[in-house]
Amino acid sequence: MTYRLRELLHRLRSFFRRAEQDRDLDTELSSHLEFATEENVQRGLSPDEARRQALVRFGGAPQAKENHREARGLPFLETLLQDLRFALRMLHRSPGFSLLAIFCLTLGIGANAAVFSWMEGLLFRPYPLVANQERLVALTGTTQADRTGLSWPDFLDLQRNCKLFDAFFVSKITGTTLSLGDRAQVVTGSIVSSNYFPALGIHPILGRTFEAEEDVGHSAHPVTVISYQLWKDYFGGDPQIIGKTQRMDGIIHTIIGVAPEGFYGTFVGWAMKFWVPASMEDTFEAGGYKLEDRGERWIEAYGRLKPGVTLEQAQQEVSALAKRLEMDFPETNRGRGVKLWPLWQTPFNNAGNLLPTLETMLVVVVFVLLIACANVGNLLLVRSFARRHEITVRVAVGAGRRRLLQQLLIEGLVLSALAAIGGLLIARWCSHLLVLLLPVRNGNAMHLPGEMDWRVMALSAAVCLVATLLFTLVPAIQTRKIDLAGTLRSEMAGVARGHKKSLVRSGLVVVQVSLCFMLLVEAGLLLQSLQKIRSDSPGFSTGGVLVTAVNLAASGYDVQRAKSFHDELIDRVQALPGVESAALARMTPLGYGTFSSAPIVMDGYQPPPDEQPSVDYNQVGPGYFATIGIPLVSGREFTRSDNETGAPVAIVNETMAGRYWTGKNPLGERLQAKGKWMQIVGVAKTSKYYSMRELPKPFFYVPLRQNFSVGAALTIRTKLRPEIMAAALSRALKAIDANLGLYELISLQEQLDRSTSAQKVAVTLTGTLGGLALVLASIGLYGVMSYSVSQSTRELGLRMALGARTSELFRLVISRGLVLTFGGIFLGAALAAGLTRLLGYLLYKVSPRDPLAFGYAFLVLTIVSLVASFLPAWRATRVDPIVALRYE
Amino acid sequence: MSPSKLDLLQGTLDLMVLQTLTAMGPLHGYGIARRIEQVSGDAVLLNQGTIYASLVRLQQRGWISAEWGTSTNNRKAKFYSITKRGRKQLSEDTAYWQRLSDVVGRVLALPEGSSEK
Repeated sequence: MTYRLRELLHRLRSFFRRAEQDRDLDTELSSHLEFATEENVQRGLSPDEARRQALVRFGGAPQAKENHREARGLPFLETLLQDLRFALRMLHRSPGFSLLAIFCLTLGIGANAAVFSWMEGLLFRPYPLVANQERLVALTGTTQADRTGLSWPDFLDLQRNCKLFDAFFVSKITGTTLSLGDRAQVVTGSIVSSNYFPALGIHPILGRTFEAEEDVGHSAHPVTVISYQLWKDYFGGDPQIIGKTQRMDGIIHTIIGVAPEGFYGTFVGWAMKFWVPASMEDTFEAGGYKLEDRGERWIEAYGRLKPGVTLEQAQQEVSALAKRLEMDFPETNRGRGVKLWPLWQTPFNNAGNLLPTLETMLVVVVFVLLIACANVGNLLLVRSFARRHEITVRVAVGAGRRRLLQQLLIEGLVLSALAAIGGLLIARWCSHLLVLLLPVRNGNAMHLPGEMDWRVMALSAAVCLVATLLFTLVPAIQTRKIDLAGTLRSEMAGVARGHKKSLVRSGLVVVQVSLCFMLLVEAGLLLQSLQKIRSDSPGFSTGGVLVTAVNLAASGYDVQRAKSFHDELIDRVQALPGVESAALARMTPLGYGTFSSAPIVMDGYQPPPDEQPSVDYNQVGPGYFATIGIPLVSGREFTRSDNETGAPVAIVNETMAGRYWTGKNPLGERLQAKGKWMQIVGVAKTSKYYSMRELPKPFFYVPLRQNFSVGAALTIRTKLRPEIMAAALSRALKAIDANLGLYELISLQEQLDRSTSAQKVAVTLTGTLGGLALVLASIGLYGVMSYSVSQSTRELGLRMALGARTSELFRLVISRGLVLTFGGIFLGAALAAGLTRLLGYLLYKVSPRDPLAFGYAFLVLTIVSLVASFLPAWRATRVDPIVALRYE
Repeated sequence: MSPSKLDLLQGTLDLMVLQTLTAMGPLHGYGIARRIEQVSGDAVLLNQGTIYASLVRLQQRGWISAEWGTSTNNRKAKFYSITKRGRKQLSEDTAYWQRLSDVVGRVLALPEGSSEK
């Protein structure tokens, strides 16, 4: 059917040459009429009659022209353009309306686009430059109750045996200190498997990435690939960088490659600056050489599924292998599984942390958009009353309903398209907003960029379309009720008695208020959760204890030097004025990092056949419990004599004592971990270890000296402020070794606050959006109230003429506003009571139906509604009865 | 009026225009309209104006071509003539129409009640 194509091309050409073609047609038609008239004259008719008959035979000339245009051009596009021009003219004619509508929609669409871009950039496609991210999965180990990392030998077995995966790769976050002049800078990096870069499809811009054998052996391959950023900032973009060396954690590393610009590694939240092969694990990870230890589950791993493989199929394959490992290595793998996670649920980086917040935000922004739509719907409705005359005239001259709807829809689309542009700009501007809400650690800001790719754009456009349909629906339904005969009849609406049209508008306001109420309740619940979680006792002192760390490994300390340094440091710090006590520990609670963990054996405890008990522990120095403020229930704390020459000892927490020595006092019992039997000398109160929301978990402590770790955290009990303490501490440190850099010194409360930063993000965002919703809803309420007052001027005047006092009129309008508000609040409360429990994870020790949150939302909305109806009410009292009665 | 019926009518007019141009050689719009009216015994075309939509359509499809010229009584007019493609289309459409009208004729000639046995 080639003629169809030819026709289309011609139509397209005609579309752009309309004027010329119309002129041609005019000439042709006039000569047609002349031919006809002439022929009629020849048949003997008078010239006038001849002309008349010619016209009759011809039919309507405008109709013929219209048919001609339709046959030759693109009629759909032409009417569309016509409508578009008309829409722009209408919007231009009432700029106040247009700006307000666009403002409301911009906020609604912008909020949606921002959340979409965060979800895209942090959850769905978090790793720029990495192809096919939808096939990436995260891997963790599992126990019956918990998730763990993977061990290196298990990882190798997965790599060797699983057929449904293109690749498995490891990426474990670590850090080092680089000295920049006199300033030390902490940079984040990753310990990776040698296939890391090829598996991600990342090619270096300089040099090479790791060779297959470089992740084998114990500290055998001190090589590193650095990020583009590090290369530029730290090495000045040196083109001869390959082959140069850099000391990292005390070991000279050779720089073998530079990663491309825009590649930040694979850890949501932090931009990686360097990568080292797994063989360097012992240098960067505390706790010794772990590549040959199946019991050390320290790695964070990813896999890439083969095309077409589903998560379930892959999980089955991996689980089958985990079962085999359980049989082959019962002492390390009994009761252990491996679990796959879609990328957006990755539990070990900030994706898992932000997921509940972002999910909640998605609902919140949809609410905001609905409120904005209701506002615009209301505005359009008011305008459709104002345009009744115009629309009725158009219907009277024969405009079809479809054409009218098309016109309304196009006006709506113009509004929302303008708003979408604004919204996308807002979203772009907001894409780095999350970072601002999260704490800076050791001078490094987090890396949490939103991503504005075509998917986000397409989704925003879809939202925009749906919104348009929603808000044009209202006036569109209204056009159906147009009554031709009633055109000139003016309508009257009362304040008190609801007219049908004001019923629609009131309905919209009720919906707005109810959505707003839900958002306020949510904001209130989250705020209370944040306060609770930050003021709750974690089981240790949060005030008056400062923590920091000294990176000895980065300065090349060996174990012997580190030990004497530790002793000297504690002595000097304890001698500082204002210091009550000081202690070292490998880790401090609620910090970022992983406690050591080991399978354990206990005197007098026979584990069930499918369980291999494994417990996290911390290596702590003398005086740790007193310093950090964890009370001992019984026994004693570690002392200086619990050292290499002393008998191995341990302190367990109450939860562990209760689980493994039920009903007995564990003091004097023995515990074996890492092949060493230790005597229990104390029982400590259970505290929080990883997060404030964790359930009480078994935990034990061993003396740092008996399980030495070069890198250690310093805890100081003092009443001094961190800034003051930091200066004194830094001087004390320089006195021991001038080359040492100190990590940030913060209070434990600050550490706790940082560990709950996801809550803070949720509160800030919900609070902001809730405020926005409140503004939008009050605009809606104000609009409805002032419109109804202006429509009922006559009634108000009549009431006044009949002796109503101004205070009564005032009360009449205000009470109508309150009725709407209470209707909305009632609806919102009913919905909120059912919906707030979906906040689940984000709520902390707050009931989803907390009366305080509901009460305060009620109060805020009532006040706002009073304020919003105040002006219209005041205006009602100013009505001059004489003018009002003459009105219309 | 449903669109399918309109298409059929449009198609019919197009076909008649093509046939007229084949029979008569180049003609202007009025000439074509008059010719169709005469041949059909003034039974077909109600509004002569409708012919122009048909003409522009046929032209865009490449079945007829148009040229400005002067009529016998010295008036400026657009003269239409059928193209090679148009002749091909005409013979195809004619065959189609004949088959269709045969079938329709036969169906309409079925005696009442013949579907029940």
